[in-house]
Amino acid sequence: MSAALLEATDLRKSWAARGRSVVALKEVNLTVAPGETLGLVGRSGCGKSTLARVLTRLTPPQSGAIRFRGEDWLALSGAALRTARRHMQMVFQDPLGAFNPRATVAGALADPLRIHDLVPPARRAARIDELLERVGLTADYARRSILELSGGQRQRVAIARALACEPSLIVLDEAVSALDVSVRARILDLLVDLQREHGLAYIFVSHDLAAVKAVSHRIAVMEAGEIVEEGPTDAVVDHPQSPAARALIAAVPRLIREKP
Amino acid sequence: MRFALRFTRSGPGLIGAVILALLALAALAAPLLFPGDPLKIAGPALTAPFTDPAFPFGTDRLGRDVLAGVFHGARASLAVGLAAAFAALAIGLVVGTLAGFAGGFIDEALMRVADAFQIVPGFLLALAFVSTLGASMPTVILAIALSAWAEPARLARAEVLSIRERDYVAAARIIGMHPLEIAFREILPNALPPVLAFAAITVAGAILTEAALSFLGLGDPNVVTWGAMIAEGRNVLRAAPFLSIIPGLALVSAVLGVYLVSEGVSDALRPREGRAA
Ligand SMILES: Nc1ncnc2c1ncn2[C@@H]1O[C@H](COP(=O)(O)OP(=O)(O)OP(=O)(O)O)[C@@H](O)[C@H]1O
Ligand SMILES: [Mg+2]
Repeated sequence: MSAALLEATDLRKSWAARGRSVVALKEVNLTVAPGETLGLVGRSGCGKSTLARVLTRLTPPQSGAIRFRGEDWLALSGAALRTARRHMQMVFQDPLGAFNPRATVAGALADPLRIHDLVPPARRAARIDELLERVGLTADYARRSILELSGGQRQRVAIARALACEPSLIVLDEAVSALDVSVRARILDLLVDLQREHGLAYIFVSHDLAAVKAVSHRIAVMEAGEIVEEGPTDAVVDHPQSPAARALIAAVPRLIREKP
Repeated sequence: MRFALRFTRSGPGLIGAVILALLALAALAAPLLFPGDPLKIAGPALTAPFTDPAFPFGTDRLGRDVLAGVFHGARASLAVGLAAAFAALAIGLVVGTLAGFAGGFIDEALMRVADAFQIVPGFLLALAFVSTLGASMPTVILAIALSAWAEPARLARAEVLSIRERDYVAAARIIGMHPLEIAFREILPNALPPVLAFAAITVAGAILTEAALSFLGLGDPNVVTWGAMIAEGRNVLRAAPFLSIIPGLALVSAVLGVYLVSEGVSDALRPREGRAA
């Protein structure tokens, strides 16, 4: 695909930690095409979350460039950035921490609808029900407090909140890592369905290669702040080139590895 | 409702609530039981307490009814105490939230101002403020609030600094929420508990500061307050100590009531916190 949705070049980021500086990203390049899932794997501490937070503009990089939807993404600020943010959403690892503890499900979903004025106030309740049904929950969850939901249900609400913005890219940072295995499989199915339906692109971040393999078209392997290998999912899984990729594959139980 | 049940089971909380309820009742009933100006002369001067049924607590040097003074004084003390504490907490919360959330220069600037207010002893600050602007209820309330906002601001800021890093704040940014909405709708309500826990100390402190200002003659001269009554009684302390002792006891019971209630509130909250953690 020629026109990339997201194109990051030479991203560098170091964190200042107690006087020392930790290099979390050094010269990261990546592209994501519309409707595509890029899986981002790497061992703990290699900089995946940092990359996710730089891409979503939660934290600024030291240098580098990001083009998103044909615009200079890093040049946006203030109201222009807030308006544009709706196109790139994020789902966090901890489904509880990602919600204001005082929020209700309906309140959490109403926020993006109100902020971006996506549906008229009179239709918001109906839209919230629609979103809940879309992620496999029923409309009567709307009135519940976030605290009353299970982890899997919360993660569905988090996905619904991202969907509410009608984004073209969702960054999922370890979005299924905190869930148990059966719930995880169903959330992954949901993500694949949503992608087919809405033409969403994902950046799927995980240290779990099995989950990444299940949803990704392409995989990028990170090691110590760099992308050391990148290619179509099958190619990377079947013929890993870098030691980092081989180590990750060796860590996946055999059964999962051999499943078609 | 669970909370109310737990609260009534806590001994100190219940006692404090009864004390405060009685004082509040006295404050509300004062104009009904003792209509007219409590500062006006009502009978012979320096009647001893429990001697004349018309003046159960006696009369002061000018023949003013002490019981009427205590009732009307409850109005002033509670009103000033609550209003000043409310203002101090509100200022503290807003300043602390802004400082903690904005960070950088704004944080530095606001916290240096808070430092400045904390370095000067609160009472001196209130004293200076009232003696410059003149004694009236609003200036007294403002003076006490200015002397007490810095600590709640510091508490709110510390809480905001920890909340600011939570994922739900990042999530709010991601959906494009305005920073002010994030600060005041997402962060501030969650930063409230430790600041509210401090509220009782602020209320009790405000009641005492008001009394102290009145004692020094810097209260509103047209309003009866316990502090002014104590000061008035001081002139005849040897001959009629009850004139200072009675309003003094009222003051002590108000402050005690506030402390006991806050004790009860934290008692009632504790098991709940344990379960959530
Ligand atoms: N806010 C921060 N302040 C300071 N250092 C940080 C911060 N966030 C991350 N780091 C450091 O940057 C490096 C990369 O961290 P990052 O969280 O991006 O790794 P990760 O690949 O997401 O790891 P994990 O799989 O454990 O989530 C680590 O050395 C980490 O200590
Ligand atoms: Mg991470």
